[in-house]
Order: sequence, then C-alpha cells, then structure tokens
Amino acid sequence: MIPPFETFYASHRDEIFRFLERRLGRQRAEDAFQETFLRALRAYPRLRTDDHLRAWVFTIASRIVVDDVRRRKPNAELPELLTEDGLPAYEELAPLTDDLPPKQRAAIVLRYGYDLDYDAIGAALGSTEQAARQAASAGVRRLRKEKS
Amino acid sequence: MTVSPTLDERFRAAAAAAHLLDVAFDVITDTPVGPLLVGVTDHGVCRISYDPDSDHHLEALARQFGPRVLRSSKPVDHIRRELDEYFEGRRRHFDLEPDLRGLSPYNQKVLAELARVEYGHTTTYGTLAALTGNPRAARAVGTIMNRNPIPIVLPCHRVVGASGSLTGYAGGLDRKEQLLRLEGALL
Repeated sequence: MIPPFETFYASHRDEIFRFLERRLGRQRAEDAFQETFLRALRAYPRLRTDDHLRAWVFTIASRIVVDDVRRRKPNAELPELLTEDGLPAYEELAPLTDDLPPKQRAAIVLRYGYDLDYDAIGAALGSTEQAARQAASAGVRRLRKEKS
Repeated sequence: MTVSPTLDERFRAAAAAAHLLDVAFDVITDTPVGPLLVGVTDHGVCRISYDPDSDHHLEALARQFGPRVLRSSKPVDHIRRELDEYFEGRRRHFDLEPDLRGLSPYNQKVLAELARVEYGHTTTYGTLAALTGNPRAARAVGTIMNRNPIPIVLPCHRVVGASGSLTGYAGGLDRKEQLLRLEGALL
C-alpha cells in the first residue's frame, strides 16, 4: 500500500527542492517544485506499490527540469535525465529489466522509469498506444514470473 | 535549503484548488474544547477529532477515502468559520454536509438520525436505537456514538443514558458537559 500523500510529500519535499534549485536557480525552482508535486498527485492514485517512490518523484522532477530548459533554450544541449543518485532512470531499472526483450524493456522503463503515458510511449517506440500497453504488461508478467 | 513555508503553503493551496486531494485536513488550534483536527473531502466534512496529531489519522483517512491526504487550510475554512460561530453561541445548526462513505449502512442510518437531534436538546441511546428500527440496539448505538467520525457537527454529545447520566464521550466527559452547557442543555 502506498503511504498517505502527506507522508510522501514531507519525506521528499526538501531534497526535491534542493535538486531543482541546483539546476534551475531559486526562482524557477519554486515553480518547478509545485509542478513536480502536482504531477505526482495526479499520478499518485495509480501507483500500485511504495517501492521506488523516491526515484519516481526525482524522475518527475528531472523531466520538469528538461522541459523547463527546453522551453527557455530550444536549441540547447539537453542535460541527461538524472536522478538524484546520478543514475539515469533506465539505469536504475536495468538490473530488473535486462533480460527482457528490447521492446518490453523499453515500454517498462518509459512507463515506470519515466512515468510516460502509453500514448507517449507508443509514439516513442514508433508504434501504437495499445502496442505499448501490451508490451509493458507482457514485460511485467514476465518479471513477476521470474521473481516468483 | 529547505522548502520555505510560503512555497509549501502555495503548493498545498494549489493541490486543493485543482481538486487533486481525496482529503484535505487542518488543525483548528484555538477552540474552547482544545485543538481539533478537521478533514474534508469533495463530498463534505469527513473527520473531526479531539486528537490533533495528524500522524494518528493519515493512514485511516487514506484507507477510507483514498491516498491523497494532505494538510491544506483553505478547504477547511468554511468549517472553521461554522465551528467558531457555534462556539460563540451564534450558530445552532451546521450547514455542513457530512461525508460518511465507507461506514456500514446501519452506522450511516444511526448517524443520520443523530443529525436530527436539535441544539440544546438531548436524547438517549435507546431512543436513537428505536428510531432506527432496532429498539434493543442501545449498546450498538453507544459504540457508534463512541466512534462518531464527526463529533460536534454530528452531535453525539446530545445522547445520554436513560437515567439522564452523561454516560460517556470519546472526547472525554468534560467536553461533553462543556458542549451541553454551551447549548443550555445543562445548567
């Protein structure tokens, strides 16, 4: 069961703010902070487990940093999507997903590592929303089987 | 750096304004009966507690209404206002919708009947039991009063024993007496 949002927010708000402030400066970090936790709130009821909540909220914050930079400097080199530990989200999921077929692995990483919706994942994989959903659920089924 | 109180409050207000919360709660610190924790959903007021330590309530609120439980003062403002008026003796009836989702049908029926007991009047556990079609359920009614999720607004302080003794109150008999005095039901 996932913790009440108050608990989750209280545990991570300060480190998320420090992370955003280092990358965006104080002023822009304040907007990014609010956006990060509003996005987290929107997705929160769909979370099924309290594993990796910290990595998850850092991933959301990272994507907001990237969006912010892209909006301000459309031609700038994009920073790597880093989590607080310095690992990109796909690296964190790597030990779990390494043995999956490439498409299933990509769907799972984009879904659970980057919190993309299936529409966006389909677009990223050059296929459809439905195919992305099927690939992710096939991957999850396979991981469950391997872990049990 | 930690999050400034201003930014923290801004996020909490934005979360409520965007209707992203299952429960917003806050603590009203300065009432004559001590601090009260108050919870509210989009359906109405869902919690009033004499125990203001939110840690004791978060899990239960999340289980009953959903995991997005967050302290946010704005959604609680109208409840705070009505309670203030009540404690000042200027309000005899609350215009607040109770949110009783998740309670058993009998529990809801008893609390609905309780809501009709008027300001300044008392009734007995047995009478409430009879009114809900179950004259021998006085004890069950007592348990339901003891676990009333919205005391004061749902006036379980107006329910007393058949002998007229105050009997019990989850918030302590002192508070029950205090509320009944305020309403003029006790001299």
